Amino acid sequence: MSKRIDVKDLNVYYGDFLAVEDVSINIEAKSVTAFIGPSGCGKSTFLRTLNRMHEVIPGARVEGEVLLDGDNLYGPGVDPVTVRSQIGMVFQRPNPFPTMSIRDNVLAGVKLNNKKISKGEADVLVERSLKGANLWNEVKDRLEKPGSGLSGGQQQRLCIARAIAVEPQVILMDEPCSALDPISTLAIEDLINELKDQYTVVIVTHNMQQAARVSDKTAFFNISGTGKPGKLIEYGDTHTIFSNPVEKATEDYVSGRFG
Amino acid sequence: MTSTLTPVRSKRSALTKGQLPKYAPYAVLGGALIVGAAILALIGFNPFGWGLVSAILFAVGLVSWSAAVEGARRAKDKLATCLVIGSFLVALLPLVSVIWTVLVNGIPGLIDPGFLTTSMNGVTGAFDNKAVESGAPVMGGIYHALLGTVQITLLATVISVPVGLLTAIYLVEYGNDGRLAKAITFFVDVMTGIPSIVAGLFAAAFFFVVVGPGTKTGAVAAVALSVLMIPVVVRSSEEMLKIVPNELREAAYALGVRKWRTVLKVVIPTAISGIASGVTLAIARVIGETAPILVTAGFATSINSNVFGGWMASLPTFIYTQILNPTSPSNPDPSSQRAWGAALVLIILVMVLNLVARLIARIFAPKTGR
Repeated sequence: MSKRIDVKDLNVYYGDFLAVEDVSINIEAKSVTAFIGPSGCGKSTFLRTLNRMHEVIPGARVEGEVLLDGDNLYGPGVDPVTVRSQIGMVFQRPNPFPTMSIRDNVLAGVKLNNKKISKGEADVLVERSLKGANLWNEVKDRLEKPGSGLSGGQQQRLCIARAIAVEPQVILMDEPCSALDPISTLAIEDLINELKDQYTVVIVTHNMQQAARVSDKTAFFNISGTGKPGKLIEYGDTHTIFSNPVEKATEDYVSGRFG
Repeated sequence: MTSTLTPVRSKRSALTKGQLPKYAPYAVLGGALIVGAAILALIGFNPFGWGLVSAILFAVGLVSWSAAVEGARRAKDKLATCLVIGSFLVALLPLVSVIWTVLVNGIPGLIDPGFLTTSMNGVTGAFDNKAVESGAPVMGGIYHALLGTVQITLLATVISVPVGLLTAIYLVEYGNDGRLAKAITFFVDVMTGIPSIVAGLFAAAFFFVVVGPGTKTGAVAAVALSVLMIPVVVRSSEEMLKIVPNELREAAYALGVRKWRTVLKVVIPTAISGIASGVTLAIARVIGETAPILVTAGFATSINSNVFGGWMASLPTFIYTQILNPTSPSNPDPSSQRAWGAALVLIILVMVLNLVARLIARIFAPKTGR
């Protein structure tokens, strides 16, 4: 259960402002793809267009096509809610629902949509999702406690468990480790490695070592100046991007000469 | 060993040199009180003047002493402290005075037998005259007014909360700061400033046109009160919904949850404690309204448990009529005792509502803890 994403000539606007220009990229199923680049280069914006989350911001719109196994996310009559239930997302800051227990947080995707689920099925789903997020052993004795009582790293894994509980095809992660310490980061990175057996994972990161560690393919985004649109500069195997990039800008960035 | 110890020098450390001693404010206060009393004795003593003169003497004395010993910066600090504490006392004074007066005057009425359980039905001036002349217990009570206040306020809440909450949800979640949202915000602000008598006249005129001339019922009063309540509920709910982090909405959207479900099951539960306490405070705000109830519900001396028919009493109008038209014009004391008792009950009601608001906020607050 994972699908590929093909993006064709995508432009992203905030009102009249062109934020990301002319991106075409093919993201393989069951792989980890990392987006790297300096701040403000549009990689998070681009990531959010992949499950139509950018539409939440007033005035945001796109031109172009995003194909999920050949189906255009932006085709006429496509419901963003359907898109988002297939393409899950994990955010930069852990954001468990403060009013819900750990168990309810995992079941949020089911319960908030009022889907009927028996207690037995719910128990199975909670255990499977939490095990999938490597959190089960830490929280199995306190499932009824509030999710906000967990540590930052645990909260982020809870959010991942919540995302995989709705069984998406693709998981998008927007700098999932930027608010976490190295140990929690390691736990999340291990988890990403396991997730790619079942899901297509796309991760935005500021940490180039992290991109090198976890991803199969890497896309480098850059911006030519303030107020200019972000562009996809180079996309290829992670190994190639980090050791033998084609573009000069990529080489400068990954070798630490700027950014 | 002894050589490493700091040698004992004078009593005061070099670091605290040039400071007023700790007892300085108390000494100045004592002096100010004595001198103030002396000055007041010359021109005729009264407690208010004594407090005022002493306060001025205290501020002048402490600041100038500080200026002499500690320098200008410390003196300015002392002056600012005096001003802040003085303003606090000025603000506190009427509050304490009101509570004290109502307690002193209201308790005799409140402990009167039957005060909370009987109405004014059949209580005539003759009973009051007898109570004053022969010391018989004061008859009559506020049961009808209490019942009316509870019913009118409850109905007003039932009208205002859905309207106000839904308006707030529109403004925060769907309005997108568009023209309609801006217009609503503007008119809500205007409504907040409507004088309560105007709200009463509006409700009276509205029912005059819709139902018929002279329609005075509890329901009309409830409509008048909800005109006053809705803007307060909108404002407080709006603020509470605004502080729900956007991350939670995005988290719900990213799970494929529809917007209305996100609002219903994520945003409102997160903000419910603030909304509930805002609603309670809005109730506390309108429960003491007098003018709009007089023109909409009229006044009754007997129990009327039908909020949709007939004139209805409420605590504020009860107080108003008891003071203005004593039951026995020749002996107004029993009436004013009842009025003070009703005022005390009203204050207790408001205080209880405030406590309930805090309780609700605590019960519904998002849970923390491990």
